[in-house]
Amino acid sequence: MSQNQSEIRYLTPPAVEIRKVKYCRFKKNRIKYIDYKDPEFLKKFLNEQGKILPRRVTGNSLKYQRKLATAVKRARHIALLPYVTDLLK
Amino acid sequence: MINQYETVFIATPVLSETQMKEAVDKFKAIITNNKGEIISEENWGLRKLAYPIQKKSTGFYYLIEFKSDGKLIQKLETEYRRDERIIRFLAVKMDKYAAEYSEKRKAKKYVEEPVKKEE
Repeated sequence: MSQNQSEIRYLTPPAVEIRKVKYCRFKKNRIKYIDYKDPEFLKKFLNEQGKILPRRVTGNSLKYQRKLATAVKRARHIALLPYVTDLLK
Repeated sequence: MINQYETVFIATPVLSETQMKEAVDKFKAIITNNKGEIISEENWGLRKLAYPIQKKSTGFYYLIEFKSDGKLIQKLETEYRRDERIIRFLAVKMDKYAAEYSEKRKAKKYVEEPVKKEE
């Protein structure tokens, strides 16, 4: 009885938060300009439907998220990226 | 006010090579005749579009980088709209980072090109 009490058992293992530190890859790699002519690079920041991923997922800083958004929109305009799709990747 | 600009246009895939050249020369002439200075140009050739435009799934891409007064952009864009051969166009102002980037891009390309020829 006393043994059982010392050994606390959980039905589901307790969630230990191991938070991956997010960083802005533009800041880290000192990328100053995001090119709209390079769709392969921009695809890293899109989901499968071609939507721009939020900052909370990618960890971009606000400044570069804004620049990224304009770059993606320009790329869409000149048909380098689709406006809507399925299975982009 | 002199700024640096970059313009990309997509011409219809039905054009022959000489017709494409004519179109390119026409827009280059518009730039140079209006005191613009062409810095560089790039022919991307026939590319697949990410989505159909005017029921076409491919198009000829052409990129021109130039320096000019801002008023030229309006003229250039009206010419693009009037021209039936052009199915899509984009003209953007380049900031100093964009200019820096394009310099690097060009330098890279010149390194890459001779390598390709050797193959």
